[in-house]
Amino acid sequence: MTAFQFNDLLAALPEVKLAALALLLLLLAVLPKKQNYRLVSWLAVATLAFTGVLVACSHEGTAFGGMFVSDKFSIYMKLLALGGSAVSLVMATAYLERENVNRIEYPVLVLFATLGMMLMISANSLIALYMGLELQSLPLYVLAAIRRDSVRSTEAGLKYFVLGALSSGLFLYGASLVYGYSGSVDFPQIAGVLQGGSALLPGVVTGMVLVLAALAFKISAVPFHMWAPDVYEGAPTPVTAFFAIAPKVAAIALLTRVLTVPFGGMAAEWQQVIVAISVLSMLLGAVAAVVQTNIKRLLAYSSIGHMGYALVGLAAASAAGVQAVVIYMTIYAVMGAGAFSVVLMMKKDGKMVEEIGDLAGLGKSQPLLAFAMAVLMFSMAGIPPLAGFFGKLFVFQAAVAAGLYTLAVVGVLTSVVAAYYYIRIVKVMYFEEPRTAGFDAARDRGLNFVLAAATLAVLVFIVVPAPVLTSAHAAALALLP
Amino acid sequence: MITFPILSLITFLPLLGALLIFCLRGEEKSVANNARIVALLTSLLTFGISIYMYAGFNPALSGFQFVESHAWLPGFNIAYKMGVDGISVFFILLSTLLTPICVLASWDSIKSRVREYMMAFMLLETMMVGMFSALDLVLFYVFFEAVLIPMYLIIGVWGGKNRVYAAFKFFLYTLLGSVLLLIAILAIYNQTGTTDIPTLMSSSLPPEMQKWLFLAFLASFAVKVPMWPVHTWLPDAHVEAPAAGSVILAGVLLKMGGYGFLRLSLPVLPVASHYFVPLIFGLSVIAVIYTSLVALVQEDMKKLIAYSSIAHMGFVTLGIFAMTTQAVQGAMFVMLSHGVVSAALFLCVGVVYDRLHTREIARYGGLVNNMPVYAAIFMVFMLASVGLPATSGFVGEFLVLVGAFKVSTLATFLAATGVVLGAAYMLYLYKRVVFGEIVHDDVKAMKDVSAREIAIFAPLVALVFWMGIYPSSFINPMAPAIEKVIARYDSANQIPRTPAGVATPEGR
Repeated sequence: MTAFQFNDLLAALPEVKLAALALLLLLLAVLPKKQNYRLVSWLAVATLAFTGVLVACSHEGTAFGGMFVSDKFSIYMKLLALGGSAVSLVMATAYLERENVNRIEYPVLVLFATLGMMLMISANSLIALYMGLELQSLPLYVLAAIRRDSVRSTEAGLKYFVLGALSSGLFLYGASLVYGYSGSVDFPQIAGVLQGGSALLPGVVTGMVLVLAALAFKISAVPFHMWAPDVYEGAPTPVTAFFAIAPKVAAIALLTRVLTVPFGGMAAEWQQVIVAISVLSMLLGAVAAVVQTNIKRLLAYSSIGHMGYALVGLAAASAAGVQAVVIYMTIYAVMGAGAFSVVLMMKKDGKMVEEIGDLAGLGKSQPLLAFAMAVLMFSMAGIPPLAGFFGKLFVFQAAVAAGLYTLAVVGVLTSVVAAYYYIRIVKVMYFEEPRTAGFDAARDRGLNFVLAAATLAVLVFIVVPAPVLTSAHAAALALLP
Repeated sequence: MITFPILSLITFLPLLGALLIFCLRGEEKSVANNARIVALLTSLLTFGISIYMYAGFNPALSGFQFVESHAWLPGFNIAYKMGVDGISVFFILLSTLLTPICVLASWDSIKSRVREYMMAFMLLETMMVGMFSALDLVLFYVFFEAVLIPMYLIIGVWGGKNRVYAAFKFFLYTLLGSVLLLIAILAIYNQTGTTDIPTLMSSSLPPEMQKWLFLAFLASFAVKVPMWPVHTWLPDAHVEAPAAGSVILAGVLLKMGGYGFLRLSLPVLPVASHYFVPLIFGLSVIAVIYTSLVALVQEDMKKLIAYSSIAHMGFVTLGIFAMTTQAVQGAMFVMLSHGVVSAALFLCVGVVYDRLHTREIARYGGLVNNMPVYAAIFMVFMLASVGLPATSGFVGEFLVLVGAFKVSTLATFLAATGVVLGAAYMLYLYKRVVFGEIVHDDVKAMKDVSAREIAIFAPLVALVFWMGIYPSSFINPMAPAIEKVIARYDSANQIPRTPAGVATPEGR
């Protein structure tokens, strides 16, 4: 390893600044006698935005002796994760204040988790990867349990922690096997070793599968999904919204990098695993969601399904596939932000409600809100001309190009099953009469803005797909030139 | 010569209308009224522009006209490409004609959420026109499937008692068919590197692959047509949809399947199409006979017409896959004629439904006594549906039977029995609804058609006779495009033909 040089930090400048700012914010937040949640929260959003600017114009290259890499892929995914975190902070403000969980730790924890995500996305060695993963996960465990006096919330936090610890254990075991058999923790060096003939050592394969399992935990792909519905339902809704977007983006990015860079030479081995996980996730996401009555649980299963579709692109093991994954995650993040904004607006007589039946007659009582939700649901179902269709189009295109016809056919067929529960929500909103008066008027500008922006983005993607497509293409080429 | 992008204008003008309606503010009643007016004006303007487009259309050319092409998805060879030929131009006219009629037909009968209703119809028009003018497979698919959203809402929100079931069935059934089309499109894209329809019409795919692709296309189009045995969504959707919804469904949406066969299956997959002719013939003949028999025993007027639609579509698929000049022209003609006639028949049902709020045939009877004008209008369309000479229905069915006879005598013979059965169920329906004594007092109190209703029916009556008496004004412009499809089909399958377009017996 070379000696430390200041230039070494340049590529990691955004992370360094974010870490410093997060610590500073923590200091500032605890100093005043009367803690001002709102101010801290907006400062955190500003910090994320500032970091976003830094990321957008950051240097490409490696840092910390090659353990950290910044390339077009990492820049794109970091921007997406930063955006997801910032948006979920904006969405959370009003809810947390109303429900009296407006602790100043909340925005600070989000900042640290985001820092962890950025490190995950840029990790270029197994050690850096583990560090990022844990830095991201620990704040998430706390966030899930942030409502200390609620049994559900603490249960969610605990469940998440125990299963998360298990997945960390799996990862460490797998990583040590990979290190033991390949002789290195650096991604490029592992890749070099595995390119050669010794790639098929059972130890490496076992290690890789264990690493894969751990990462599948993080994206809640079947069969490692058990925690997701309970945590989604138990955690306070803004936390759920946060969980559903940024950490998933980061984990998918990490998974993509791990599979394409160090294990790039073993595509034939991991492809089967990814295909299996993908098929199971799509199936379970579609079938299990059908019987849900709680909208947060439904969205949990829906996100399991979405992860399955994203993995379809990854299974193609090609640049087009990576591009498709990037596009899919972008669209998924936007749709998720929109859908959770609607869930956060589901308040009746001052109390939050979570049943799908509570949406009944929304088309009459609040036409605009219902319209936005309908657009988002049709988009999640993958019906053109909405953005969700294009996400699916590109992953299936990558799969078909790679000759994975069965996977693509299973994918489209499960999407029909999944369409059932998405259009069921539209049915509840439009075909049923309102049972009670509509929801309390949402005077939360931030939330309204997020919902409006997400809906608009989903609607106009068909007209201006170029920015997302070209940057996703560049991002994919950074991994698989 | 039209130089501006007229097809995009026709496609997206209704979308603009929908946005305008979306922006309407004020009291509920005035919003409803303004929404109706905006929708009517937009759809009339769209129809006017499409007539203007047709005036500039050169009927002698077999290729695509008014072609527009813009880059769309960078990095992929998928473009926003529009254009029309003799086949699609009539479907665009049919769509733009039926939309204002639908708006007028729902003027009074739709009372709740008028704004959303009119928006849904405007969106639907955009999707339909877009689908018929798309010259790129992915673009085609986008419009093809996007139709589901407005139609799902129209059935589900403004439909009858069992609307939720019907809306779900419609949505999921058609979605299930069309997702396989998507995979087929992607397979074609990966094989040829393009989704440009005109290019694909002249490039040849490996025969083995064509067969799989054909089955995927079939899954999608057969549901839309609908062909037996995947037709069961149609009677439900028709019965539950509001009258105007049924009109669009029968008038245009069912044609998307036939159009798909003619535009995509046959020119892009000629070898597989030839291979599967016996299958299609079999399904078509079953559809004609079976659904005609089913129609005979229906108690519900809309259901009866729905089953008759499936029977008529059986003629369409029979004609298209016979692939002789007369048969394909006939199939096209049946589609256009059915678009007008079945739309009108559903409107006829709508007229009495608005008055009595039931579609049960037994609740009517003797309408000729108190609604003579209505009885006359109904009779015209009933006879057109039967296929009486001098009406539009005759020309198409006759041509299909003549054309298909050269290919398969047996299939034609069996399908021809459908003509007889068609006469039976339609005349029986007419007898029960219109003739006889009035037994119910509420039927006696029904008033004859209003001026608005006459305005709706007048253009359709005129069209029925125009198409029946002077069919060449429709057949001639579509002939070159059809000839092109047939020529490609023949050369791909090495079928020799005499110059008159008649296949020699040994060629088959």
